[in-house]
Amino acid sequence: MLSADPALVIATGLARRYGAVRALDGVDLALAAGEVLLVLGPNGAGKSTLLRTLAGLLRPTAGTVTVGGRLLASDAHDVRRAIGLLSHQSLLYDELTLVENLVFTARLYGLPDPAASAATALAEQGLAERAHDRPRSLSRGMQQRAAIARALIHDPALLLLDEPFTGLDAVAGDRLRALLAMHVTGRRAMVIVTHHASEAWDLATRVGVMVRGRWAFEGPRPAGLDDFQQHYNEVARG
Amino acid sequence: MGNLLRLALVLAGKDLRLELRTRTSIISAAVFAALVLIVFNFARDPTAVATLDLAPSVLWVTVAFASVLAMNRGFLVERENAAFDGLLLAPVPREALFLGKYLANFAFVMLVEGIALPLFVLFFNLDLSHALGGLVLTMLLATMGFVAVGTIFSAMVVKTRFAELMLPVLLLPFMVPPLILAVKTTVPLFAGRPLSEVVDGLRFLAIYDIVFVTLAVLLFPAVVDE
Repeated sequence: MLSADPALVIATGLARRYGAVRALDGVDLALAAGEVLLVLGPNGAGKSTLLRTLAGLLRPTAGTVTVGGRLLASDAHDVRRAIGLLSHQSLLYDELTLVENLVFTARLYGLPDPAASAATALAEQGLAERAHDRPRSLSRGMQQRAAIARALIHDPALLLLDEPFTGLDAVAGDRLRALLAMHVTGRRAMVIVTHHASEAWDLATRVGVMVRGRWAFEGPRPAGLDDFQQHYNEVARG
Repeated sequence: MGNLLRLALVLAGKDLRLELRTRTSIISAAVFAALVLIVFNFARDPTAVATLDLAPSVLWVTVAFASVLAMNRGFLVERENAAFDGLLLAPVPREALFLGKYLANFAFVMLVEGIALPLFVLFFNLDLSHALGGLVLTMLLATMGFVAVGTIFSAMVVKTRFAELMLPVLLLPFMVPPLILAVKTTVPLFAGRPLSEVVDGLRFLAIYDIVFVTLAVLLFPAVVDE
């Protein structure tokens, strides 16, 4: 189930156990720059565990992750520079303004001009006028855009998104899709975890379905969403 | 090393800025310290125990409990919006994360001690002008050690449901050695003895600092990486 080389991200035999529970059970993945992988699956299938393991937030019980030819386990410091994560939560401090949050993030990533990077990242997400507001004063859609600004400030080669459309209304969802489409480039790969295939179907180049910590399906995006949805329902029910 | 220190200062600066915005732990720790001193002031019988005998213990008991309050917030602020994930994602050595939190906690606790000390002098009507240098040195050395232990325990308990209760339970036993040393150093200083008489106590405090700061730096990655 590996896609064509040269792969930007390679995961081999990823496993993660919580006691007797196998949250990930031998997952392989190869994703080239420019590819967008949509990861689907029922609750508890291991989607978020996969994303957190790829991000380096969870150590796999077995298996390896390589990003840009560097092993996450041994080159964590350099590999982290290449990874951006949009999580369920914004990762922003409510007591700091948006610009303070982003300047802080830029400093952690060692960017040469943190203030300019923060201003650019906010402007790209249409948040320049809200730069001095605190995250909690923003709508859910704006908070999500601020979180994307945070995830993209260091221009990561791998962008991981965990249910990015949750809690957004239709307008905010469309806007987020358009924003993500802008950031699909030939030098970046994306992994989008979601419950609903339709939310990011048009962005995806590959689709994976996880069930009980394994790929039930992983490959190029099928042509029709309706046919796939039927197939997905059968696979997800096991 | 330079980059490690730079990142630690960035992290500590962020924590100090957050605290200056909310003033949650500083105000609560300072009020707590004042209340403890008031209680001790009214609870003691000056005719039964001389102020000079009682004062060092009262000072360090106050500092110990107020410090736990100040350190509690260290990692609790990172639970907000899963901000700690943001720190762990960044290309920042775990040692820099620890040092950043350590420096911020050290600054908070020293500030609380800086507020508590004048109140202590006021309530106990002591003239500490002759002992001030030695006392500040003792406070610095004692604080450096127990803040290292407090910082790592704070990181350990932050994922538990009762983090605020767990921290004092875990930390106070480890605070006993530096507190005993601090009290033993403070007694002669309050009695007007020269600094040369308390050098041994200060040395032991320095040894405690070196051991526990080193241990905390080494253990921190294992504590925060899942």
